[in-house]
Amino acid sequence: MESGKRQKLFGSLFVNGTLLLLVFLWTIPTLGIFVSSFRNRDDIANSGWWSVLPHREWQAVKEIIPSEAGLDPDGVMEVEGVTGTFDELREGIETADGKRVTWIGNKRIGKVEVQEQVWAVTWNFTLDNYQQVLGGQDFEFTRPDGTVEVKPGDNMIGAFLNSLAVAVPSTVIPILIAAFGAYAFAWMNFPGRRAFFIGVVALLVVPLQIALVPILRDYKALELNGTFLAIWLAHTGFGLALATYLLYNYISSLPRDILESAFIDGASHFTVFTRLILPLSVPALASFAIFQFLWVWNDYLVALIFLGGNPEFELVTQRMAAIVGARGQDWHLLTAGAFVSMVLPLAVFFGLQRYFVRGLLAGSVKG
Amino acid sequence: MNLLRDAEDQSQSFFTRILSFLSRILLAIGIPAIAFFVLYQGFLFLRDSDAPRGIIALVAIIWGVGGVAILYWIFNDLVERLPDAWTTRLLPFVFVGPAMAILAWYLAIPTVRTFWLSLFDRNGPPEGLNLLQQLASDAFVGLSNYSFLTDFSQENLMLQAFRNNLMWIVFGSTFSVAFGLVIAVLADRSRMEKVTKSLIFLPMAISFVGASIIWNFIYEFRPAGQPQVGLLNAFVTSLGGTPQAWPQWVAVAPWNNLFLIVIVVWLQAGFAMVLFSAALKGIPEELLEAGRIDGANEFQIFFRIMIPYIQGTLISVWTTIVIFTLKIFDVVWVMTGGQFGTHVIATQFYRQSFTNSNSGFGSAIAIVLLIAVIPVMYYNLKQFREQEAF
Repeated sequence: MESGKRQKLFGSLFVNGTLLLLVFLWTIPTLGIFVSSFRNRDDIANSGWWSVLPHREWQAVKEIIPSEAGLDPDGVMEVEGVTGTFDELREGIETADGKRVTWIGNKRIGKVEVQEQVWAVTWNFTLDNYQQVLGGQDFEFTRPDGTVEVKPGDNMIGAFLNSLAVAVPSTVIPILIAAFGAYAFAWMNFPGRRAFFIGVVALLVVPLQIALVPILRDYKALELNGTFLAIWLAHTGFGLALATYLLYNYISSLPRDILESAFIDGASHFTVFTRLILPLSVPALASFAIFQFLWVWNDYLVALIFLGGNPEFELVTQRMAAIVGARGQDWHLLTAGAFVSMVLPLAVFFGLQRYFVRGLLAGSVKG
Repeated sequence: MNLLRDAEDQSQSFFTRILSFLSRILLAIGIPAIAFFVLYQGFLFLRDSDAPRGIIALVAIIWGVGGVAILYWIFNDLVERLPDAWTTRLLPFVFVGPAMAILAWYLAIPTVRTFWLSLFDRNGPPEGLNLLQQLASDAFVGLSNYSFLTDFSQENLMLQAFRNNLMWIVFGSTFSVAFGLVIAVLADRSRMEKVTKSLIFLPMAISFVGASIIWNFIYEFRPAGQPQVGLLNAFVTSLGGTPQAWPQWVAVAPWNNLFLIVIVVWLQAGFAMVLFSAALKGIPEELLEAGRIDGANEFQIFFRIMIPYIQGTLISVWTTIVIFTLKIFDVVWVMTGGQFGTHVIATQFYRQSFTNSNSGFGSAIAIVLLIAVIPVMYYNLKQFREQEAF
């Protein structure tokens, strides 16, 4: 009995320990940019984001001006009980009592610091990064040495609105069209019904790359390139097979007798569809909607091809990719921008996780 | 049943058949075409207006969604005014026609068109000629755009892309499935199940571009001696190692691809976990209990009972992630742009089709992608036929 209990305890420790480790590994990357997005520019450039946690840090307790102390940087120097060359001092030399002597700066105008290790947290949090990333106007900031630098803002708000204007219709339109189609497949009889549906199933996994070049040619001919309409239609086309398939599965499983009694009462197909089927299908519609919304919001390739080249209509993902390309080292902007781009999908995701999971279980897997 | 699915009238005249065929086609194409026209007019109007961005976005949304909905309503109304026999014949096509027409335009026909383009040189078939004349023109190059399939020299970048894509498929799917399964099994026995699953699942909501930034930050490289702000290099240097620009680390090529593949594992493990978790919960408790009474340890239960039981889910999750990694584009494009030996099929497709504007070569690559998914397509169709619920 006793050994069984111990085994159980050990098992639970193993289970929870492994889980904690995995959750830690999975969360750390996101946490890193989240914390960094609130740190100021210089902190991000000079220390890891984990320095917001308490850590041991060298802090100057005494400063020595080399010329006053009669030190010769070209030779071997003796300061505060340690001896070393310039290069050794640059690296820092530790004294016997746990202090460190370090040369700060260059040979000519540098200084020597005696440092002590102390517990420290770097907590200079700021919202400037967000302000700069969101705004379309130029952004001024003062350097530590007092000079003022002007940098253009990144107009993430504009991109955010564009993404919204693309994502909402690109979600609703395919659902509407697919729901009509799914209803016809489920409850109407027409020639070619089976053949059409086999076509839908076959198209489920067709890679959208296959369509990009011909569709781009059509769009060029129609002068549609770089407009919202182009990208709505593209997302509608690419999402329609899955939407029809999923909604058919759901709508065809609705109880027969409800519909039959409606028809006996003289309702038309259109009335049955709008008054009965749509309200009953809300769970399926919602789960596909979430899926499609996340897909469109996070899409980069389709936007790149059909909206590319028109900075007016740039989406969040394009904006971010552009910042990565042009200023890949500006981590204060990248981290804040990445978070702005994630806010809405994360909210949708957490708010409607139940539907999302249900959609996944029903096979919301895009080809 | 007959009440709902009115049988086609057998005694239709030839003329009626032709007429109904034509009207069905007309409906299927007409509705999207009119919708398109209406939306397009709205766009011209929006493009020329100076309203603030937010207003334009709002109008665009209402216009787009409302326009499509009203169109269905109008067409349904028109068809319902016809004589009953005609309503029966045509109404299904008001419902299903637009979906079929759009699918045909965006996916079905492009497969043929892309194949056609792949037979021509970089500028595609010359315009203004009929198909036979196009075939006879100089632009027709036959299958020579596919020569990358038989070229095994080192300079063949496509070969490199195939190798990398194979790594993506093998490692990406294996690790996603393995982590997903392990987490699902462990979470099932933990009291922290909900929190754990939410946190592991969270990256699913993050775009590839966002994920690329997140991981770029982890891989951030500074020369040795400077403070490392990237987590991985800080970790490595604190252990006494030398910092690296991990995905750009050409010395270990092709293994530097693994630093990109990690990102997709991070994104996809949550997806696998959710599906496995649901499948595991479907295993009857008695089955597991019986195994335990017979003296099976937890590992035996896992391999002998759980795995066989969730086999179907396992296969479908695996194929989904395989297809997903087959088409991987964003991560590679944002992280390395395909440099440092990290090109994959989709980045080559993009580069050839749009950067080099060589539509012939690009199309050939797209066709290869299509051929690669055909086994899955076949499997799906087989499954569908076996269900026979249709």
